[in-house]
Amino acid sequence: MTKSELIARLAVRFPQLVAKDADFAVKMMLDAMSEALAKGDRIEIRGFGSFALNYRPPRVGRNPKSGDKVSVPEKWVPHFKAGKELRERVDTADS
Amino acid sequence: MTLTKAELADLLFEKVGLNKREAKDMVEAFFEEIRNALERGDGVKLSGFGNFQLRDKPQRPGRNPKTGEEIPITARRVVTFHASQKLKSEVEEFYRGTQS
Repeated sequence: MTKSELIARLAVRFPQLVAKDADFAVKMMLDAMSEALAKGDRIEIRGFGSFALNYRPPRVGRNPKSGDKVSVPEKWVPHFKAGKELRERVDTADS
Repeated sequence: MTLTKAELADLLFEKVGLNKREAKDMVEAFFEEIRNALERGDGVKLSGFGNFQLRDKPQRPGRNPKTGEEIPITARRVVTFHASQKLKSEVEEFYRGTQS
């Protein structure tokens, strides 16, 4: 499912709204979520999951082509942990 | 600070002009549609944000950490999230800002 398919599904759920509202709402939510993570905040959505940043310490890597050593600086990367409801619904073997 | 459904609903009320009820329902429906897609085995691609994918993990040996007893971890389907390049660089950009 792509973003536009998601928007189309939401538009069907909210027939009282103009289609553009669903489009704008999805963009606003994704922007707010990106912005929160970009400033180091967590996102917690009950029943869905949580997003946070994970720390990656600096390390010495290698250029895979030349084999040269390159130092990779420390960084923070976005991480998602599925919530209980999502975990259970996705795991078909469980149901 | 933590972003939750309540803040997202406030945002839709203030910026999109939905009423409070619609804003709350829209936030709920947004996550429910993503869960539905994943539940039916369909990955979700949100360009600019990231992709939710499904992975089928085979059974593997595990251990009860308390008793040390060996118990198999059953085969299961799990959700993984891969942040988009855009989101990753936004995160890194902020981090660089805090360094200087």
